[in-house]
Amino acid sequence: MRMEVFFKDPGLDGRSHKLVESLRTSVSASIENISIADIYITDFEDLDRDTAEGIFSDPVAQNVCFNEAAADRLIGTWRYLFEISYKTGVTNPTAITARTAIGAAVGKPLERRTIVQTARQLMIQCSELSETEMEKLKKHLYNPLIEQAVIISDSEWSGGKKFPEIYPAKVAESSIEIEKFDVTSMKDDELLKFSKDRLLALTLPEMSAVKEYYKRPDVVEARKKAGLGAAASDVEIEMIAQTWSEHCKHKILNAAVEYTDLDAGTSENIKSLFKEYIRDTTDDISKKKDYLRSVFHDNSGVIVFDDENLVCFKVETHNSPSALDPYGGAITGIVGVNRDILGTGKGARPIFNTNYLCFGDVTAGDEEIPEGLLHPKQIMEGVHRGIVDGGNQSGIPVVGGGFLFDDSYTGKPLVFCGTGGILPAEIDGEGAWINHVDPGHKAVMLGGRIGKDGIHGATFSSLALDEESPTSAVQIGDPITQKKMSDFLIEARDKGLYAGLTDNGAGGLSSSLGEMAESSGGIRIDLDKCPLKYAGLAPWEILVSESQERMSLAIADDTLEEFITLAAARGVEAVEIGEFTDNGYIDLRYGNEVVGLIGLDFLHDGLPKMELKAEWKKVRTELIPLEGTSLGGDDAAANTAMLLKLLAEPNIASKEGLIRQYDHEVQAQSVMKPFVGVENDAPSDGAVLRPVHDSKKGVTVTHGVCPRFGDADAYDMAACGVDEAYRAHIAVGGDPEVTSALDNFCWPDPVQSPENPDGVFRMAQLVRACKGLRDTCLAYGMPLISGKDSMKNESKIGGKKIPVRPTLLVSQMGLIEDVTKSVTSDFKDAGDLIYLLGETRAELGGSFLEKLLAAEAGKDTDYSKDPDPDTFHLGPCPSLKADEALELYRKLHIAMKEGIVKSCHDLSDGGLAAAAAESALGGRLGAEIILDSAVGELETARALFSETPSRFIATVAEKDRQRFEEIMSGTKTSEAGFVSGTEGGNNSLVITRYGKTCLDVEIAEIERAWKSFN
Amino acid sequence: MTVKTCIITGFGINSDRDLAEAFKMSGSEVELLHINDLIAKPSHLDDFQILGFPGGFSFGDHLGSGLVFAHLFKKHLKNSLQKFIDEGKLIIGICNGFQVLVKMGVLPNTGGDWKPEVTLVHNDCGTFIDDWVTLEAKPGSNCVWLKDIERIDLPIRHGEGRFITDDEAVLNYLKENDLDVLTYSGWNPNGSVSDIAGITDKTGRILGLMPHPEAFIHPENHPMWARKTIDRGYGLDIIKNGVNYFSHN
Repeated sequence: MRMEVFFKDPGLDGRSHKLVESLRTSVSASIENISIADIYITDFEDLDRDTAEGIFSDPVAQNVCFNEAAADRLIGTWRYLFEISYKTGVTNPTAITARTAIGAAVGKPLERRTIVQTARQLMIQCSELSETEMEKLKKHLYNPLIEQAVIISDSEWSGGKKFPEIYPAKVAESSIEIEKFDVTSMKDDELLKFSKDRLLALTLPEMSAVKEYYKRPDVVEARKKAGLGAAASDVEIEMIAQTWSEHCKHKILNAAVEYTDLDAGTSENIKSLFKEYIRDTTDDISKKKDYLRSVFHDNSGVIVFDDENLVCFKVETHNSPSALDPYGGAITGIVGVNRDILGTGKGARPIFNTNYLCFGDVTAGDEEIPEGLLHPKQIMEGVHRGIVDGGNQSGIPVVGGGFLFDDSYTGKPLVFCGTGGILPAEIDGEGAWINHVDPGHKAVMLGGRIGKDGIHGATFSSLALDEESPTSAVQIGDPITQKKMSDFLIEARDKGLYAGLTDNGAGGLSSSLGEMAESSGGIRIDLDKCPLKYAGLAPWEILVSESQERMSLAIADDTLEEFITLAAARGVEAVEIGEFTDNGYIDLRYGNEVVGLIGLDFLHDGLPKMELKAEWKKVRTELIPLEGTSLGGDDAAANTAMLLKLLAEPNIASKEGLIRQYDHEVQAQSVMKPFVGVENDAPSDGAVLRPVHDSKKGVTVTHGVCPRFGDADAYDMAACGVDEAYRAHIAVGGDPEVTSALDNFCWPDPVQSPENPDGVFRMAQLVRACKGLRDTCLAYGMPLISGKDSMKNESKIGGKKIPVRPTLLVSQMGLIEDVTKSVTSDFKDAGDLIYLLGETRAELGGSFLEKLLAAEAGKDTDYSKDPDPDTFHLGPCPSLKADEALELYRKLHIAMKEGIVKSCHDLSDGGLAAAAAESALGGRLGAEIILDSAVGELETARALFSETPSRFIATVAEKDRQRFEEIMSGTKTSEAGFVSGTEGGNNSLVITRYGKTCLDVEIAEIERAWKSFN
Repeated sequence: MTVKTCIITGFGINSDRDLAEAFKMSGSEVELLHINDLIAKPSHLDDFQILGFPGGFSFGDHLGSGLVFAHLFKKHLKNSLQKFIDEGKLIIGICNGFQVLVKMGVLPNTGGDWKPEVTLVHNDCGTFIDDWVTLEAKPGSNCVWLKDIERIDLPIRHGEGRFITDDEAVLNYLKENDLDVLTYSGWNPNGSVSDIAGITDKTGRILGLMPHPEAFIHPENHPMWARKTIDRGYGLDIIKNGVNYFSHN
């Protein structure tokens, strides 16, 4: 059966309007119209026409062609026809739903061999397209890595060209035979070749450790007893490689580092960046703070919310997959990090998603993007759509995120996906952050089935990709399959039906069960019992597949049956696939045969420590004069023009059109939304949520990320990143004493090699960033509760590398005692006093002003090339004075708790001028800002656009002047003018200094500039 | 009397907890019921006076919003639901729940035969939108849920909220009989015909609407709350009307 569904009135298809609009600008202006038909194909014979129409079409709006072509009915309205479908083996959520729906309609689930396929037909009306236009069109309509298209022109159609009746449905089968490798006899070069050929990504010391393991007499003995020879099996090798991967073991952050400061001529040995700079930082802080419950070791970090509840938070990256398939990469990132929350402690319920998305220049011309890379705009559109579908369909609000655009992300986008969750403080008399995996518990896999998705996905990401690349390199998340699973899990948790759980992400069962087995002391995994999407997976593939929407659980015998029955009632599959033991081994079976046996001690502790060198040299950062730039003349018109340019800069400009496609208020907990102000369109500094309806207590979610500040010294980037996240928490009203943070490092490869001559410097940058992170977190008493790192972020195309700017994202989750005391950024009433809080310094290195002035001069801002005449920069990057800042934050919070702060906006990208413009826009009011000595003796242009951290612009009613100044005494707080204008009036932002106007702009102009991107 | 509300869940519905909270805050007892449990025991519906179809993405809206859920519910539970309606009980369908009600033909059901006469299609902008709208309630309507409500601000969060009717006659019927009970005021976010945001049936006891009353249960849900002009969660007014219909009668 083939059914084609399309709208009776093509004008009713909103999807088509959007597509036409986008293709007219990116492909050809001749594209007038596109009719979309949804195609359903099945070989199931018991589906009558009425039932099919009932589940696949809307009779009020749509027409149905049953075994006839929509293209015939619409002939004359199209010139080219594209039928796009997923390639065999790629997850197709629509087909999964169609299969479920047919099963539900006929009263019994379809057999697995029954074929159900879907496709989308686009009938495009345009003039004849040139070859180049056709190529562009293809590029925009489908991704050959995961999709296929049949393209037919109107003349070919008249000539009888047709679509396939049914698409290929069979995934190539792998042999289930176990391959064996005698690693004990391999020489060094053979070990390396084996690692390379098999895509193991293990180094020589690591391969040698594997070799030595297989030579150990006790190992030989144990293997003999189990009926195994001395040779390693493919299942074992794959499990070791997965467990020891950089992704899972964080080898670089755990490496021994010899750090040399070339300027000072000193050297130090660091045992492990993670242990000394991250974990120890939290250990120190935890002596003074009592709200930490579970840090670093679980799937997310857990803190106390109130007496009855805990909250948890995790952020991960999904960069390589998003570079290959932006939509699939992002949606998989979202549903993946959701599972980290589900798998925290006894299981938490997700309450928010938050993401930070970093792309190259989306406004760049096609010719500026190297061949072989997707255009940043196309990556952004795909990633954004993935975040929209992933978050919205899961019923989890997307809050408090951001976008970052920088040319260095052209080679590799950074897609940070985060989720927060809530769990009861106690379940069955025990802290809910604790879970159990004991010997005798059954190992159960829950959720989706296993296919070849994402096998060696990480490895493929570093190879050239083309149409022949295996579809297994990428995965597509299915939020609905996962939503069913997550609803069920919370129900099962509350009934006490399982003891322990963790999610299946990178490394699949190998990773999840391998970790869980550490608690019990061993496991037997029956690979042949794992439910598969289709036949023909080798045992090792079953073990390391990264198929989505799966959790692994440990379940005691007395609740197993009830668990499996309830799962079935909720349409979720749960299958027993092994048993936890305490014999110290991972015992891998297929059929009744032992196909692998790996000692737990070796698997988890046998990895040799990596040793790395880091060499640091500070780059020049003296103050560079503004003379010769457009701001050299201390001229109000030039300052105003620069403000408008900054507001239109994609990093600063409003992304409302993108952000409003996120559901940011499902669950009815939102207090501070992405946009605030009278027109609901000005930026907020972060998110405030009320996760428990009968309490006024709230959670804040904010981020800090300032990669450009790291150009001179990554220490400052990290320090300012922590400050930005903490400062935003303070700005929205968060309690300075209750905060927590996640660190996410995305670095270009910091391992020195002949192919990577910058390795020692990048490693030094990593060390510097860790030092900045530690010092600032200690100063603020901000514990790091979880984190991640991704260390190979660069593309290599045609021998040219594009490394990302070293990027540290700090994601903060804090508490606020009373959400009704939170403060928004918009000016409230004319006459209110404006205060500038914090010291403004001449810190424009890495600022957006520097970026724009460099562009005006046609130069770049690469500090490492300095003093190259082709580079341009403005001198010192922003640096942090944490002690001063903390005092300011604490006092500001007192004023907020007293309710006398009417608005507060933190100063970040674009400095004081940009922040004042945003606050004025929010209130649709004007302001007269009197700088005078509020910014010391600084040059005016620097004062307007400096990005010194730890600053705010706040307003206070005249009547509260005295009290506010009393509270803030001892801090650098200066009265700096007042809110002006009238409601609905033609208001302006005017900034003066000693009587001289230095910036003057109408609010309408601010709005126009700020909303010019989208 | 104690009012009992049943909130239907499962297969991607995601505003069930919020809607349950709104009913609890309005004084009702609430049970979340998975559609499979209701199919297994349809008579369970007799225990309730109010039935809520919450928002979400049932079956991912992959085959059309609410379509598969509507098909499933109608196939297994048509008689039970008809009995529920005939007994004078109340139904509210919000967002995806509204889509389910119209696709089952429960709204507007002008002929009493559950024939789909209206539908909700993709927003004219082609994308999902989360924003706040102002709604006007139709004066003269007998809709129980909208008693004493003239105007109300609520959030919308949907990709397929464009209301259309099968033909002009259906639209005229809705208008003439005051079944077009909620309209967008000022800004129509999705291209709905005659700005229609919500409709009722002839009895006034069934309400379907795209905006989310259950997402405005605290003053702080309103985007303007920080200007201190919002004194309560006005979305609760709609839910309370439903609960009070029984508890005050």
